[in-house]
Amino acid sequence: MDSSQLFGIATIAYILAMVAYIAYLAFKNSTIGSIATTITIAGFVSHTIAFFVRTAEFLEVGQMGIMRAIPLTNLYESLIFFVWCIILGYLVIEFKYKTKSFGAFITPIAGMTLAFIELSGIHKDIHPLVPALQSNWLLSHVTMSFLAYAAFAISFATAMMYLAVTTEKKKDGAYIFWTTTLGVFITILAAMCIDFFAFKIAASRPESFIKSYLFKATFRSSSGIVVLLSTIGLGAIIYAVYNYGHILKKVITSFNLSKDVLDDLTYKSIAVGFPVFTLGGLIFGAVWADQAWGRYWSWDPKETWSLITWFVYAFFLHARYLRGWKGQKIAIVAVVGFVSTIFTYLGVNLLLTGLHSYGAQ
Amino acid sequence: MEDKKSQGIVDRIWNILTSIKLAVVVFTLISVTSIAGTLIQQQVEPERNIKMLTKVFGDSAPAVFKVINAMGFTDMYRSWWFLALLFIFAVNLVICSIDRLPGIWKLAKTPIRPIEPEIFKSMIVRPQIQVKGKLEDTVSSVTAELKKIGFSNVLTDGKSGQIYSEKGRYSRLGVYVTHLSILLIMMGGIEGKFFGFDGYLALPEGGTASSIESRDGSKIPLEFSVRCDDFDVSFYDDTDTPKSYVSNLVVIENNKEVLKKQISVNDPLRYKGVVFYQASYFFNPDNIANSKFKMKVYAQGAGSSQDVSVGLDQSFDVPGTKIKGKVVDYSPAVGIDNKTGELFTYSNQMNNPAAFIEFSEAGKTVHKQWVLKRFPETWKTPFGSIQLLDIWGVQYTGLQVRKDPGVWLVYLGCLFMAVGLYAAFFMSHRRIWVHVAEEKGKTTVTVAGSANKNKIQFDQKIDSLTKSL
Repeated sequence: MDSSQLFGIATIAYILAMVAYIAYLAFKNSTIGSIATTITIAGFVSHTIAFFVRTAEFLEVGQMGIMRAIPLTNLYESLIFFVWCIILGYLVIEFKYKTKSFGAFITPIAGMTLAFIELSGIHKDIHPLVPALQSNWLLSHVTMSFLAYAAFAISFATAMMYLAVTTEKKKDGAYIFWTTTLGVFITILAAMCIDFFAFKIAASRPESFIKSYLFKATFRSSSGIVVLLSTIGLGAIIYAVYNYGHILKKVITSFNLSKDVLDDLTYKSIAVGFPVFTLGGLIFGAVWADQAWGRYWSWDPKETWSLITWFVYAFFLHARYLRGWKGQKIAIVAVVGFVSTIFTYLGVNLLLTGLHSYGAQ
Repeated sequence: MEDKKSQGIVDRIWNILTSIKLAVVVFTLISVTSIAGTLIQQQVEPERNIKMLTKVFGDSAPAVFKVINAMGFTDMYRSWWFLALLFIFAVNLVICSIDRLPGIWKLAKTPIRPIEPEIFKSMIVRPQIQVKGKLEDTVSSVTAELKKIGFSNVLTDGKSGQIYSEKGRYSRLGVYVTHLSILLIMMGGIEGKFFGFDGYLALPEGGTASSIESRDGSKIPLEFSVRCDDFDVSFYDDTDTPKSYVSNLVVIENNKEVLKKQISVNDPLRYKGVVFYQASYFFNPDNIANSKFKMKVYAQGAGSSQDVSVGLDQSFDVPGTKIKGKVVDYSPAVGIDNKTGELFTYSNQMNNPAAFIEFSEAGKTVHKQWVLKRFPETWKTPFGSIQLLDIWGVQYTGLQVRKDPGVWLVYLGCLFMAVGLYAAFFMSHRRIWVHVAEEKGKTTVTVAGSANKNKIQFDQKIDSLTKSL
């Protein structure tokens, strides 16, 4: 079996697991709960094997040894690894906190991301490493960065849920904040899907595709009417989320997630993500840059954005330790941190140019 | 009176510098200006930024650019105000740490002691349990259990009846080690800026240089010279995806070759604190007069070969024949037009070097042929095989050259940061006091303790302690 078939099995497993988790929440039947967990683990195992199989495939194409065969060199591979990290994080939470409620959120995100990668026909070919990436630092720098991104993603999810569960009135700043953020996220995803269907033929490589066509079918269209409609669409989606946010709140509340657990999880994920990000992302990145480019810090957009992200999370930790910030205030900081993380991961590569634009050529 | 007033000012400045507010303001300013710095391209020709600004500001873009440029935003990470922000950040970090350090230092220096019964009461984490056995047996079993859950140095105080131990006391300093590491990295950066240099060197194959060009265009002399013997790009199979760039460099000092090394992107050359990194490469046809076509010529039928190195329009003998060969044309990257079948040069890099060879016998041209370096099927000629090895001399290697005496401080800072973060996030100061007493023939055990982090884990350890008792 090749890696893409195994990824396919993982995709199906995560989607089945989503159904099982929702059924578990509806019927509160522990057998269904165990089935859901089993399916997720099965998917995770298949996902893990697929990752190793792809490494082996990469090893064969690249012929550069195991340290330089890590399949994490383009958007396709990095998204798959990102999903893997999130599922890993989820399973840890499920066993540590003995709650299955998050499963209903996490598995659909994982399944849908993998399915999207599959359907979009994003280039799956293995591209051998360009000279800049031929280093033993690649493995630690990239994997640790992604583990940190995944930890931050989890903190984002729990912080958003925290905000959803604790806000009461529509006039609350925190309510407006979380509904607007969610609205913007949904709009961006929708706009990217529209791009994808509008320009499918042009998708020879994901990076160049998104780079040249991002929002071209909506916000950056040449037609003024389309731009206007897109803007109205953005407003409408934000308004819809704002107006019906209480329904989401009810759904999340019905999952029996205590707000203390959410607050604690937000903090814990960041407490894991921050040191991993500092070490793997910033320090290893700087050491590698020093050895490859002769500069440990170049103020390249990716570096600058990771520094900004690092500042936001450092602020989060200091606010919590020194000022004892808890609850909504700290949840908002966590959300801002993840927006910055997303920009570091994707935005920089897709929108700006710099030393980190690998695979864009 | 005078004294009081000045002290007031000092205090006030101190208060400002220790305030979290200042830290937040500086954090925010650094972040926001950095974001601007990633949007505005740094150190590029004005046209590129004006083009980008036109999308937002339309016709007034050049005026906007002037303002942005005057404020230093086009080279902002070097601008005085950005460096000032970083400096304030460092000062704030130092002062905030100094402000809080003595208290923490005291905590980290003072070993654990038995505590007063009232304090003990307030720190009890488990209800009293009764155990069988005598007092002494219980004391030794508690000691053994404490060792089992990771407390290696267990002390007993007979007077208060407390068995106590602690772990990770110094982890309280983790935050300060992390703060110190940031300062070390900044100091390394400053040292590198003042006592080091940074520049670029473009060397043709065969060229030698004893100075490099700095960012502002001025020349920086080196204490030695460097020669590039060869530069080569290799590709993956038939693609134009580069597999590696390598330069063969030689360091020459006092007319002697002191060091030879083949460098590649992730493997620089170091000599006397100066490091040469493979940064780029380019093809320069102007140097063709000094270039050589290096070939391996195999005589027909025979297995032997002969190395040939000739310039453009220079003749060479084809061994075993009376034929003379001559390179009359060349291309750095020859391609075939799929429709017309015509040859053309498709890149200004040496992606697919080719030589056009004219064969003649007694002054009469008998054959003409293109020979491509990367395609052995083109090497066969009617007079034997000709393998094109390299067009040597037209390729330049681009080297990033740096001397940074502060880099060890940066590395030290990185190490401190890793250690500091580990201590701050993954270690905690755990203290435990177990009170053992004999009352009316029964032995009672009460556990008190605290952990400054990871309380759940600490709780689980205590659970396993009480259970096994």
